[in-house]
Amino acid sequence: MTALLTVADMQVTIGPVTPLDGIGFTLDRGEILGLVGESGSGKSLTAMAIMGLLPLSGGRVSAGSIRFDGTELTSLGEDAYRQLRGKRIAFISQNPMTALDPLQTIGAQVDVIGTLHFGKSRAEARRRTLEVLTQLRIPEAAAICASYPHQLSGGMKQRIVIAMALAGEPDLIIADEPTTALDVTVQAQIIHLLAELVRERGMALLLITHDMGVVAQCCDRVAVLYAGRLAEAAAIDPLFAAPAHPYTQALIACIPRDDTRKGTLAGIPGTVPAVSAYPPGCRYHPRCPQAQDICRTTVPDSRPRPSGVVACHFPGPTNG
Amino acid sequence: MAEPLLTTTGLTRRFTSGGGLLRRPRSMTAVRDVTLAIPRGSVTGVVGESGCGKSTLARLVLRLIEPSQGRVGFDGADLTALPAGELRRMRRRMQMVFQDPYSSLDPRYTIAEVLAEPFRVQGERVSRDAIDHLLSQVGLAAPMAAAYPHQLSGGQRQRVGVARALALKPDFVVLDEPTASLDVSIQAQIVALLERLKSELGLTYMFISHDLGLVRYFCDRILVMYLGAVVEELPSTEAAPRHPYTRALLDSTFSPDPALRRRLVALKGEIPSPFDLPRGCAFAGRCPHATAHCRDQRPELAGEAGGHRVACFHPL
Repeated sequence: MTALLTVADMQVTIGPVTPLDGIGFTLDRGEILGLVGESGSGKSLTAMAIMGLLPLSGGRVSAGSIRFDGTELTSLGEDAYRQLRGKRIAFISQNPMTALDPLQTIGAQVDVIGTLHFGKSRAEARRRTLEVLTQLRIPEAAAICASYPHQLSGGMKQRIVIAMALAGEPDLIIADEPTTALDVTVQAQIIHLLAELVRERGMALLLITHDMGVVAQCCDRVAVLYAGRLAEAAAIDPLFAAPAHPYTQALIACIPRDDTRKGTLAGIPGTVPAVSAYPPGCRYHPRCPQAQDICRTTVPDSRPRPSGVVACHFPGPTNG
Repeated sequence: MAEPLLTTTGLTRRFTSGGGLLRRPRSMTAVRDVTLAIPRGSVTGVVGESGCGKSTLARLVLRLIEPSQGRVGFDGADLTALPAGELRRMRRRMQMVFQDPYSSLDPRYTIAEVLAEPFRVQGERVSRDAIDHLLSQVGLAAPMAAAYPHQLSGGQRQRVGVARALALKPDFVVLDEPTASLDVSIQAQIVALLERLKSELGLTYMFISHDLGLVRYFCDRILVMYLGAVVEELPSTEAAPRHPYTRALLDSTFSPDPALRRRLVALKGEIPSPFDLPRGCAFAGRCPHATAHCRDQRPELAGEAGGHRVACFHPL
């Protein structure tokens, strides 16, 4: 059986630059895939590519393929894409404050999914909206429908954005840092909610984050991006038990654990290079403590690991 | 125990908002009766969610805003009673690093001008060498002095924010969520920088954050705030939390360890409005252990500042 979403060897070009190259991963129903990396590593651009929104930034998928439930998306026309977006592929953005229209009531904004994508009447759409809000255990759904975004807390707004995503009964949800703007206890609530929805409804979730803590707590598998290339992809348990790529190791080490000794948190020196300044060889080599001569000249191939792939000349040992 | 560098006694700050011809102004207590002691050379963490009053507390201890009640003592002096001139001289010794390095740096100033400003405020001239020294202290190259903030990355900007706080060689620095707007990789860099500077310069920190995981790593002692009040003081990071809210914060932390996955328990509900506080324990509405007593009476933070204190009728 093929996966719901298969991205293979995808390259994205914007004008003269190639910000993404050789991106590949699969995502199946009932599964959460974490797409991880620092700002500038290409996570959001990957999401834009899957949703066919690259033309907005003057970009295109210049090589490779994106297959979604048997359909090749890279050759799909804009009209067909519009049928997918908001319905079969839903998007949850980082900042619920900007995802909602401040001039429309919550109800009107969620109803649109029903009237636009399912041809429902306004009354039917509202019934469906109330149903979805109730499923998300949003108290006093009718009162919430009548309110405006500024009257709601950040956590409630993010629940509304999730409700909008669910109203289309999507197969795939792409969530771009859905909890970074929220308080910690609310973050945990939202992550729980998303994970529960995926398990119960058999949807697939592509969760974009820079936080390996979030990944460890809710994902099944993870794809680590660095400077527009795939560094490592693996199932969660083996990845955290024995991260193979030095970049993955560094990302995990950025988050203090209960047993992290004081003075040992180091971070990753330097920053992700700009697209116009990608170095030759392995793009991580200027920041990598283990870099050798070959890393500076030769791009590492993706090589298989027991539960995934890694693109590194000197990957860490496998564990058990 | 040696005399603490900074103490507060019954520190309280109320704000009023709105009000007009027909509407009564509403008032809220952003910080309520906070008594604490920060030992020299320590890192004291203040942790809590949005609206818990941690940033107001930070501004109060530096007397950037005036308290409604209570006192702040700094190195034996009563900061709340100091006249303006003496306060300005005292301010050399106490500085702040702000949360957002994008809005805390003037976009029209070069980095050199940003770093010269603290000296100018104190009526001093500053040499080029001093600026270069500040930059190198925070790991920035000397040519950075000529750059404008927009030319810097978020991490570099926050390094400038740290350098500016260090310019007048303070003893005490308040760090108000200095890494909240940064990537985890850059957050770890900045925390490592702050640790190094603390041991090199013998600083005392008050570190404000909503991330209990980070606070437990970085701090020696922790104050947990909820809706304006300290609900628990942990005298060490090993101390087990006794307040259900502290426990909930800990259980909401995303640890980078899949083996701890089942421990993640989401706290139900959200923080009530500070304008409309329940009369009993402010946490009662979200607390799994709350009883009728909790909803009726407000628990006091019992015990001495510096010890393990908890404001709860049913501590864990």
